[in-house]
Amino acid sequence: MKHLVEFRDKEIVKKLVKQISNIAEGVPKVKLMEVCGTHTMSIARFGIRRFLPENVELISGPGCPVCVTPNAYLDHAIALGRLPGVTLTTFGDMMRVPGSSGSLEREKAAGRDIRVVYSTMDALQIARENPDREVIFLGVGFETTAPTIAASILMAHRDGLKNFSVLCAHKTMPRPMEILASGNEVKLNGFICPAHVTAIIGAKAYQFLAEQYGKACAVAGFEPVDILEGIYLLVRQVREEKPRVENQYSRVATWEGNKQAQKIIEQVFEPADAEWRGIGTIPESGLKIRALYEEYDAENQFQVEIEPTREHPGCICGEVMKGSKKPPECNLFGSVCTPEYPVGSCMVSSEGTCAAYYKYERL
Amino acid sequence: MKTQMKHEKILLSHGSGGKLSFFLPVLENPYLESLDDGAIFSVKGEAWVMTTDSYVVDPIFFPGGDIGKLAVSGTINDLAVMGAVPRYLSLGMIIEEGFSFSDLEKILTSIQDTCQQAGVVVVTGDTKVVPRGFMDKLFINTSGIGRIPDNFRMSRKIQAGDKILINGTIGDHGTTIMGQREGLKMKSSLTSDCAPLNDLIRLLHPFGQAIRMMRDPTRGGVATTLNEIAEGTDYGLIMWEENLPTKAEVSGLCEILGLDPLYIANEGKVLIIAESSAAEKILSVLKSHPLGEDAQIIGEVVEEYPGKVVLETQFGSRRIIDMLTGEQLPRIC
Repeated sequence: MKHLVEFRDKEIVKKLVKQISNIAEGVPKVKLMEVCGTHTMSIARFGIRRFLPENVELISGPGCPVCVTPNAYLDHAIALGRLPGVTLTTFGDMMRVPGSSGSLEREKAAGRDIRVVYSTMDALQIARENPDREVIFLGVGFETTAPTIAASILMAHRDGLKNFSVLCAHKTMPRPMEILASGNEVKLNGFICPAHVTAIIGAKAYQFLAEQYGKACAVAGFEPVDILEGIYLLVRQVREEKPRVENQYSRVATWEGNKQAQKIIEQVFEPADAEWRGIGTIPESGLKIRALYEEYDAENQFQVEIEPTREHPGCICGEVMKGSKKPPECNLFGSVCTPEYPVGSCMVSSEGTCAAYYKYERL
Repeated sequence: MKTQMKHEKILLSHGSGGKLSFFLPVLENPYLESLDDGAIFSVKGEAWVMTTDSYVVDPIFFPGGDIGKLAVSGTINDLAVMGAVPRYLSLGMIIEEGFSFSDLEKILTSIQDTCQQAGVVVVTGDTKVVPRGFMDKLFINTSGIGRIPDNFRMSRKIQAGDKILINGTIGDHGTTIMGQREGLKMKSSLTSDCAPLNDLIRLLHPFGQAIRMMRDPTRGGVATTLNEIAEGTDYGLIMWEENLPTKAEVSGLCEILGLDPLYIANEGKVLIIAESSAAEKILSVLKSHPLGEDAQIIGEVVEEYPGKVVLETQFGSRRIIDMLTGEQLPRIC
């Protein structure tokens, strides 16, 4: 638990809360977006909003990979899972996410072979051990998981494994932040930049947000001390009117990022336009498997008929992810849409904004 | 069955002991409606408790125990928290064709050892063997009965000011099982807390009415059990994060897996709600027993937040602790 206890230290937290309140004094309203879903959860879990002065507001952003995955992707996965001889492998988070009419959890109950894995290497192992099955991994995530999926494709390629493929819905980070920075819907002053994504892509990725859009940027870790320190840095930037990128999470994330991880992402994937659930298509905000590795692209390998996409008309996940609405403003929140019977993925993902509000902020 | 109709098929998450119980609407009767760990009934003026539970843990051997020890301890604990002194057990086994005799013997020995330790006897039993592939290795069901001593009748009603106690660290069992599961190759020193608690709980009998109620926080963990207690009452329960005894390995593994120890199963823990004035004394009695060394007063009953469980974080902020919905871990008990 070393490196955890220290970052939850009560005395340091108290001190930071005081410092934030001092630096924020006299500053007009500061709106900060925590982009990453893990930050959203942490903020809710530790009750961080309650420590902040009135003029500092935290808004949750689109950084939960499960939440931004469109229903059509899930419908596609479900259709693949119904093919004879197919084994779906997925991170546990996806199991209960609602698609247009079903979920992986319900498909599993109906007898499909769907297995939860903790790493893409487990999925590869299942493929090796079951040469008569087509093992498809559901590749959902940001730059944090993309290198591990790239590595699994490279390993499958090296070992000549023919029964492994990935249904890729990977997304990448800075673009949606740019959309939010340039839009008028939410007037943001700055971003708490995602921690683990930054460990891969490097803090320099956000420089254009400070330079071109005048947004304060701070990379921060996930613990209370990290987040509060990040908020302090951001409010100070706003107060001084000197937007830049500061890195609170230097123990893990660097300016340049993880070059090796960047290299294998680049080797296996190419940038592609991607559909973000509730937000729409954002140019060059996703990853597509390169033609060289197309035999590992489940989208190419299997032709399936996918049901027409349906969304609950009342679901405002998109507004929530863009930060223009908060979960309790949704008519479905907590009544029609609950973790037991989720309408939108934001309610069921462990990093989802609605899940965070439902779980921690209903007092 | 209205809420279940939405699904048509049973999902794994229906078995987590959270909100989704579906017996009641069909088998409606006053015993079941109490939603307790067992049913209390009267025989010639004496109060007896009956309970039953099935065990499907995977793996069947784990650090700190096995499916046999678990099956005996679990049922004993359900009786003990109802205030009963456990006496007789039944033992039902469903065995998969091809299961090894030596493993069966190990499990039976473990059952016998646990029974002797706890002073109970298996008085009836049954085995069924099913073809390979129809189920996984070995499932056990145990039922048990025990008598509530005449001088130990818990009111089973909580009041503002009452204190909440636990006899030790939370989340040990579920986390141990999780750490053992295939695909998660982690070395750790975690052991399950699986143990019969009747000897420890007997020490509490002299407190009589000062003990309002007891529950064993198994599936769904402390959070779910406290929610069940708070639900439908005029009171809220506050837990103090700083007082929650948690092993560093448990918090560590939970951080990695994104789980919360509050929702993780225990198999050797009892939650006690007691009159405030007796709480310190009860704590010292708990601490005097080997299974209560890490006991703590973890919270209290309040008039605020009726029907809810609230955590006061170490930083002084408060947040809701909701009922567990859906599975956190499959087949942990």
